[in-house]
Amino acid sequence: MVRDLSTTLCGVELDNPIIPASGTFGFGAEMSEVYDLDILGSISFKGTTLEPRFGNPTPRIAECRSGMINSVGLQNPGIDAVIAHELPELRKRFHKPIIANISGFSIDEYTECCRRIDSEEQVEIIEVNVSCPNVHNGGMAFGTSPESAAAVTAAVKAVTTKPVFIKLSPNVTDIVAIARACEDAGADGLTLINTMLGMRIDIARRRPVIANKMGGFSGQAIFPVAVRMVYQVANACKIPVIGCGGVATADDVIEMMMAGASAVQVGAENLRNPFVCKQIIEQLPEVMERLGIERLRDIIGVVK
Amino acid sequence: MKQTVFEIVSNRPLTESVYEMTLSGDTSAITRPGQFVELSLEGYFLRRPISVCNYDEGTLTLIYKVVGKGTAQMATLAAGTKIDTLTGLGNGFDTSVEHNHALLVGGGVGVPPLYRLARNLVAEGKQVTVVLGFNTAAEIFYREQFEALGVNVVVATADGSVGVKGFVTDAIKQQVTGADYFFSCGPLPMLRALTQSLDIAGQISLEERMGCGFGICMGCSIQTVSGAKRVCKEGPVFRKEEILW
Repeated sequence: MVRDLSTTLCGVELDNPIIPASGTFGFGAEMSEVYDLDILGSISFKGTTLEPRFGNPTPRIAECRSGMINSVGLQNPGIDAVIAHELPELRKRFHKPIIANISGFSIDEYTECCRRIDSEEQVEIIEVNVSCPNVHNGGMAFGTSPESAAAVTAAVKAVTTKPVFIKLSPNVTDIVAIARACEDAGADGLTLINTMLGMRIDIARRRPVIANKMGGFSGQAIFPVAVRMVYQVANACKIPVIGCGGVATADDVIEMMMAGASAVQVGAENLRNPFVCKQIIEQLPEVMERLGIERLRDIIGVVK
Repeated sequence: MKQTVFEIVSNRPLTESVYEMTLSGDTSAITRPGQFVELSLEGYFLRRPISVCNYDEGTLTLIYKVVGKGTAQMATLAAGTKIDTLTGLGNGFDTSVEHNHALLVGGGVGVPPLYRLARNLVAEGKQVTVVLGFNTAAEIFYREQFEALGVNVVVATADGSVGVKGFVTDAIKQQVTGADYFFSCGPLPMLRALTQSLDIAGQISLEERMGCGFGICMGCSIQTVSGAKRVCKEGPVFRKEEILW
């Protein structure tokens, strides 16, 4: 039997639900030497800001048990260079829907970035990272309050025609309240979760391992947290959810979809196993057969 | 980049904390001295980047220093152990630059990649002088291996227990003449002092904590005169004039 791996995000058809998460795949150039990118459902490209950014000082990376911390600090060439160079290069290598991941440090920056990327035909979905600090509000991340998350959502929706997915931060007390606020403000979908705030200390040197002291914890260790949040949000909202966080196997993809995800992003695992997305896509039919699943989309949110 | 499985042939201490690991497997993706490999170790999320000391068809030699839990675990691995490895990472040294007398300068655990580089330069007919810097006599390794290549080897120790007392820069001033290009790998302060004291062109190999090792995570970025570069991808070897000290 041919197993149907396809899924849909706001009318955007994906051959399969596997999407490399933003920041773990660059703009695809390096990975296109590892495997044919067209096997992927979609790609969420490296988080892009209005201006070019070098990011944070090094060390930016810390090893953790079953995971890692990164504090790259949104290094990217800026929206104009992405549109002029990275996007056309990605399009040469990838002929499936592209997700543009946009970050900002003020509402104006989000809207300007989204306005510019909205006119790019190659982009099918805009994913807005609201885990950045708001420079106009004492550095508090936009995604940590329902009001500011909704404000970004509404502002971005006002300048875009493409489906907008808000990528939520897990570093909050009530993820459902923030998800609902984004939905009410017009979000077409939600991606969750971003990294969890973490820290490691070098006990011999008595100082933080990474230069910025704290960073985003990701990898297999956060998978249960991601499943829980996807489950809560998918049950509270009507808009589609992309599940993200610690996904490493085809079984994880099934679990994330049963929790309510319409598609699944694979992040940190790409850094330790560059073939992971390919392996998951190849393993999915076998796992579906074992579990008696004909169409992957039938299991979205089956767990109540 | 290529993913392959290597099998440990031998894994022996050269000093109290520096080990030499010889492995068998597919080395075809390694094209230049100065490149590195990434080893997947049981119980660790990220791979361990280790510079390539030497390679031949089917054989790979790595030299590593035990500095943390990951490398401590490496030191316990027995012959026959299989290791999932990404090979052929980074740019490596470019020996095609015009020169006659190459000066190779290694500090501590920065010495290993210079071994295969010296071998290549000798094969290319270059005059080669190798300056090796260590803290003390007990930390010296690979001196005999370099000497066996037929190159001129100068050793400096910070405590003066062997060779020139002082740093590699002192040894160069006292014992090296006529070099017209340099290649170096070692701690950042050494690379900085060397770059500032030598008036010849050269290449240096940098070290940075890495996430992926193949250019996708931006974990190991540095600022250069021509913008941000990834140590794992555009590096680890940079021309000296590219570096912003």
